[in-house]
Amino acid sequence: MAEPILEVRHLSKSFGANVVLRDIDFTVSQGDVTTVIGPSGSGKSTLLRCINLLETPTAGEIVFHGKNVAARGADPTAYRAKVGMVFQSFNLFNNMTVLENCMVGQRKVLKRDAETTRKNAMGYLEQVGMAPYINARPRQLSGGQKQRVAIARALAMEPQVLLFDEPTSALDPEMVGEVLSVMRDLANRGMTMLVVTHEMAFARDVSNHVVFMDGGVIAEEGEPARLFNDPQNPRTREFLARFRQA
Amino acid sequence: MDKLIQLGSDMARLWAAHGPKYLLGIRNTLILAIAATAIGCLIGFVCGVLNTIPYTKQDPLPKRFLLKLVRVVVRAYVEIFRGTPMMLQAVFIFYGIPYFTDGAVSFKGMSGIWAASLIVVSINTGAYMAESVRGGIISIDPGQTEGAKAIGMNHVQTMVNVILPQALRNIMPQIGNNLIINIKDTSVMFVIGFIEFFAQHRNIVGVNLMYFPSATIEMIGYLTMTLTASFLLRWAEKKMDGDADFQLVQADQLVMAAGTYSHPDKGTPFDEQSREYTGGKGDS
Repeated sequence: MAEPILEVRHLSKSFGANVVLRDIDFTVSQGDVTTVIGPSGSGKSTLLRCINLLETPTAGEIVFHGKNVAARGADPTAYRAKVGMVFQSFNLFNNMTVLENCMVGQRKVLKRDAETTRKNAMGYLEQVGMAPYINARPRQLSGGQKQRVAIARALAMEPQVLLFDEPTSALDPEMVGEVLSVMRDLANRGMTMLVVTHEMAFARDVSNHVVFMDGGVIAEEGEPARLFNDPQNPRTREFLARFRQA
Repeated sequence: MDKLIQLGSDMARLWAAHGPKYLLGIRNTLILAIAATAIGCLIGFVCGVLNTIPYTKQDPLPKRFLLKLVRVVVRAYVEIFRGTPMMLQAVFIFYGIPYFTDGAVSFKGMSGIWAASLIVVSINTGAYMAESVRGGIISIDPGQTEGAKAIGMNHVQTMVNVILPQALRNIMPQIGNNLIINIKDTSVMFVIGFIEFFAQHRNIVGVNLMYFPSATIEMIGYLTMTLTASFLLRWAEKKMDGDADFQLVQADQLVMAAGTYSHPDKGTPFDEQSREYTGGKGDS
């Protein structure tokens, strides 16, 4: 059993009277590729945003290397620097070029020197196939290209876990392909990833653990082969029915 | 037609006699307007950043109280200086500060008048800019803040590196407005004896009573200043937007040295457009 990096314990989140997450519990270990699937509105994105502390959990713990980072008074910035996040809407910095997007975090947060920063940024941009575009600005790129830069930006921080919040939901089918192959490549390199996605094929083929969420709770989880071929929960069966027919 | 020729020759006579005075007025007007707009923007940005420091119910009470207090103070500043005439503010500060300090602090001589004028116009501009900056900051997609937070930036880093540069671009038209308003409205500083372009007109016509020709010179002078200002601001906006095009980079020395570079002809496994930047060499 690999060392657990991230443990979510009894996590709950509500917005006013609206309960979005109820008592979520799971663990991400070194090298895991965990996918979170489920219908829209089931709380998948909120879960990810809670893990990154972009939302403050109402109750429960986010344990990162044995320390509860969701505790009162804990400084979220140092923790966030170690956990990368890729958004559905890319969120590249519009006032910077592609290269600057991948450098600013290393320079300002990790305080690396200019040369190391540049070398690192170029390396990761090369890895996602965006090195020729270093001088472009986000508005000049296609969605798929933006998302690959966003992945490079997250990688440049050398995170221990990379969170993906529906990274391909805003893309057309061709672009989905280019982003998914980057993610597949990352998984092969042993990156620890937690991916919220509607790409069932990716969940089945790439991840080693699948979490099915419904109505703010984990309805079912397990190995992808088991969960996809032999779902136990009737809700899971219903949700996967369309995909399994195809 | 005769009248126009008459006006032309009157203006020429005025300019011959008082040209340097008009020019001095223009110089003072421009210095005061530009300096006050710059300082006002700075005040506006500081207020804007202070006003948008986020806090949640979980934060400790002193922090929440302090942030609340800051917002109240900024709000009061904005409402007071936006809600009273600048001419009155000038009188208020110019005479009010010596009054309260029994003359210990006062605006004596030319430099005193300059200082008082600069203070009044700056804080007045700052009050307007505070609101513009706040608008500029909330106009930026929250995703930008989240992107910055997600790589571990704190509030100040997020503001300085990501949000304010974009907000600045968005409020450039507002800054232009303020500069143009200041070029014109610094004329009210004559109440505390500041010698700017319009004050020179009053001085000159007081001697020779050539009201209309002098007013025409003033009109042309102000219009020239404001048109130049708006032209320069538009140019600056264009500059900030950057080039419409960008250059694809074929080979980077640094990456070659780092050993992670793959030859462009090879393309990348992810990029269907990789053929684009091999410059068609792949076709032959």
